[in-house]
Amino acid sequence: MLVLLFILIPLLAGLGLFFTNGSGMAKTISLIASLLVLGVVWYAMYLPDTNELVQYSRVWLGSLGSNFDLKMDGVGKITTLLTAVSFPLVFLATWRNDYKDANQYYALMMLTQAGLMGVFLATDAMLFYFFWELALIPTYFLCSKWGGDKRIAVSFKFFIYTFLGSLLMLIGIIYVYFKTPDQSFAWSSFIQADLTPTEQAWFFWFFFIAFAIKMPIFPLHTWQPDLYQQAPTGTTMILSGVMVKMGLFAIIRWLLPIFPDMSAQMATPIIILCLVGMVYASLIAIKQDDIKRLIAYSSIAHIGLMCAALFVNNASGYDGAVIQLFNHGVNIIGLWIVVDVIERQTGISKMSELGGLAQQAPVMAVLLVITALANIALPLTNAFVGEFLMFNGLFTYNPWLALLAGTGIIFAAVYTLGMIQKVFFGAKNELIKVTDVKFAEIAALAIIVVFIVWIGLYPAPFFKLGAGELAEMVTAKLPG
Amino acid sequence: MNLIILSGLLGVVMMLSGLFIKNNRTISYMAIAFIAILFAVNVLEINTGAPLVNLPLTGMIETSRFGLVLNGIMLLAGFMYFWLSGRHIEKVGKHVADYYALIFFIFAGVGISTSFSNLLMLFLGIEIISIPLYILTGSDKQNLKSNEASLKYFLMGSFSTGIMLLGIAFIYGGTGSFSIAKMNLTSSPLSYHLVTGVLLLLLSMAFKVSAAPFHFWTPDVYDGAPTVFTSFMATIVKVAAFAAFIHLFADSTGVFPRDKWRLIISIIIALTLIIGNITAVFQQSVKRMLAYSSIAQAGFMMFAVFSYNGVSTEGIVIYAAAYCFATIGLFAILLKMEDYTYEGFNGLAKRNPALAILGTIFLLSLAGIPLTAGFFGKYYMVASALSTGGKYLWLVIVAMLSAAISVYYYFRVIQAMYFKDAAIQEHSMVAPVTLAFKVGLVVLAVFTIAIGIIPQLVLQYLYF
Repeated sequence: MLVLLFILIPLLAGLGLFFTNGSGMAKTISLIASLLVLGVVWYAMYLPDTNELVQYSRVWLGSLGSNFDLKMDGVGKITTLLTAVSFPLVFLATWRNDYKDANQYYALMMLTQAGLMGVFLATDAMLFYFFWELALIPTYFLCSKWGGDKRIAVSFKFFIYTFLGSLLMLIGIIYVYFKTPDQSFAWSSFIQADLTPTEQAWFFWFFFIAFAIKMPIFPLHTWQPDLYQQAPTGTTMILSGVMVKMGLFAIIRWLLPIFPDMSAQMATPIIILCLVGMVYASLIAIKQDDIKRLIAYSSIAHIGLMCAALFVNNASGYDGAVIQLFNHGVNIIGLWIVVDVIERQTGISKMSELGGLAQQAPVMAVLLVITALANIALPLTNAFVGEFLMFNGLFTYNPWLALLAGTGIIFAAVYTLGMIQKVFFGAKNELIKVTDVKFAEIAALAIIVVFIVWIGLYPAPFFKLGAGELAEMVTAKLPG
Repeated sequence: MNLIILSGLLGVVMMLSGLFIKNNRTISYMAIAFIAILFAVNVLEINTGAPLVNLPLTGMIETSRFGLVLNGIMLLAGFMYFWLSGRHIEKVGKHVADYYALIFFIFAGVGISTSFSNLLMLFLGIEIISIPLYILTGSDKQNLKSNEASLKYFLMGSFSTGIMLLGIAFIYGGTGSFSIAKMNLTSSPLSYHLVTGVLLLLLSMAFKVSAAPFHFWTPDVYDGAPTVFTSFMATIVKVAAFAAFIHLFADSTGVFPRDKWRLIISIIIALTLIIGNITAVFQQSVKRMLAYSSIAQAGFMMFAVFSYNGVSTEGIVIYAAAYCFATIGLFAILLKMEDYTYEGFNGLAKRNPALAILGTIFLLSLAGIPLTAGFFGKYYMVASALSTGGKYLWLVIVAMLSAAISVYYYFRVIQAMYFKDAAIQEHSMVAPVTLAFKVGLVVLAVFTIAIGIIPQLVLQYLYF
């Protein structure tokens, strides 16, 4: 019953916001609503998987065999928590941004949260598909209305790309549905679906392409850098921090359990694809002058590694990827917050035109450096825990592939440190005036730093969240 | 059955009323009241299972629940159509009562084409629908495009009717009967008369529903006809033609082995979807785009003819409702625009936010986005094809790819409404809208979303 609130609070807040007026009001309502969600989610984290409160079931499409089933377990806890944490952070950090038609902007943001929560909680394939699309629609409007100059074309590309992927997934869902023993869309029936090897070979890709577009995995990533650059930064934070996790989450929740054999067979090509994409994106990131594009490519690289780790067939890779879902989310939001602060004040996002900001904004510089160090997975930061485990998993699977991934990590250090150096140190551009971060942004960044250090030093509670029935099942089904 | 008799009678009343009532508004209100009566008696027939008057028509007309539910959807759509577009029907020409009368005659034809059990009745039903349509298409007498469209429609339509008659004659030659039940001839050897006849019938029906490669008349006729009648043709008439199409071969696909039948239909579907969607992309006028989109949507509805199973029966009902409600709503909005190009929609969200949001809901439904009826329409169609096995997976993939293409042109309207600013020009103005009009659109939007959340709202009527 409690899980229903995760969706209902943002949904009602979002719908209500359409009928309000004024920017301040919209900001307050959405912050309160998102904090409320965070409170409820945080409470739910302490409940065991079997508790009644973290499940909800209701007959929905009776004749179709689809129910309104929600359940929070295992990896779902991690992603739900990430969603709940991200939105207040984003609202806090962008508190000083002013949007035209602010109430609509915040309304759509809340609707996005409702959609994301639904994706992470649904244990019914039809419901999952519904939420998968519902998370997409408000984002499309957000990016098209409040983004940069090229926003309309870019968000359209994003929409068509992901919609095409979703439709392929829909074919897969319907086909698997007909092969389930009891003609039902429930997750528990889907994993028992009786598929021949040929069918598995086809529909594995239908699902995988949909998820790969969302993450995105090379070579399906072309929508992403443009979109991150053009979208309003608040939306970009959600896109890169939370929404890309939909793809990874869906691989864990749906792809691996439904197609265990195919996942094992296709592991090597997929891992190679992911890692090639990782190195490729890192190389491009080094060459970028625009901070936003740099972070976008860095995100492709990180996601590539996480996706590869999911297919390595061992618990270490899996655990690393799951905890990294959360780490990558908060870290990248931290980076975007800094970008947002700089861009709001200077209107510039090109590194060649910035420089020496550390003198003007020392607090921001310190907080950024910590976040950036987490981005390159230095020990004692949260990403180190995740990446170390993923590497360990990858190394067990194939040392050569681990070597390939290792080069990607080295490149990550190159471009991240390069960015810090160019933006915060180096020659000062006299024309640019930046004041230091204010309370709201400090609070948001401080929370992120707390998470970075907490998980870096003591990740056990988060591992415990990610564990559970699903994790055991996924790793147990993997041979080896 | 109720529909056929009453609709014919009301049509006559309507026609005569034109002699006595000079106020066009009153005529419109009368038409709305009449169609409400038709809807009521149809609901009565669904609930009681018996018509008001029992005529001995065994072997000619047999009502089925499926047909009655489709009637209900079409009458509801017709009611909404009168509600939203009545004022525009009044503006087309001088003979307002005649236009309404013709539409009521069409509804009589609709009643026949959902319940015939004899090929002669099929022919009558289709012709009763078609002939008034030829007149309505040309009703804007001063407009050359309207005249041209009418003539084109008439010539092409008569031609396809001729083919239909030829097909019926061949079938009679093969089976010695006009009854559609007799068309089911599974005993070998196959009668070549019968096969030829069935193929000819298939072609002529494909023409009526504007499936490729028999779709060439559609864009010109839809574009040339007065927009208010295009709305009617593209929705209710198209659904009626589909009802006849599905009903016609429901028992008789046994003529061919299913595989061969599905092969033919799958090619028609693939062509329709690809041609309809790709051509729609290149249109500059929203009206023409909707004409091509109606071809593309027909491709999806053809899945019902392809699969012929329980899923597709449910599917066509949902699809018909989703498509009718969304298209009627969109055309009603289009009628308020002075400029039918995409640019004419620029900045509508600022000028009239209510129209913009309602239009968006209809466009999302046509594109098949979840939470709208259109999603379940497409879902059922695809599911019906997949439930026949994996053999026609390619067709489903084609369908999904074209659905993705369709997003392109539907969303162009959304983009124009929300993200582009109107240049301050006179032609981008919107005609003033009344409260009743807005309420009508809201009702359609509520239907669209309600079916999109709980399709059983409609489907429950299919079963006892």
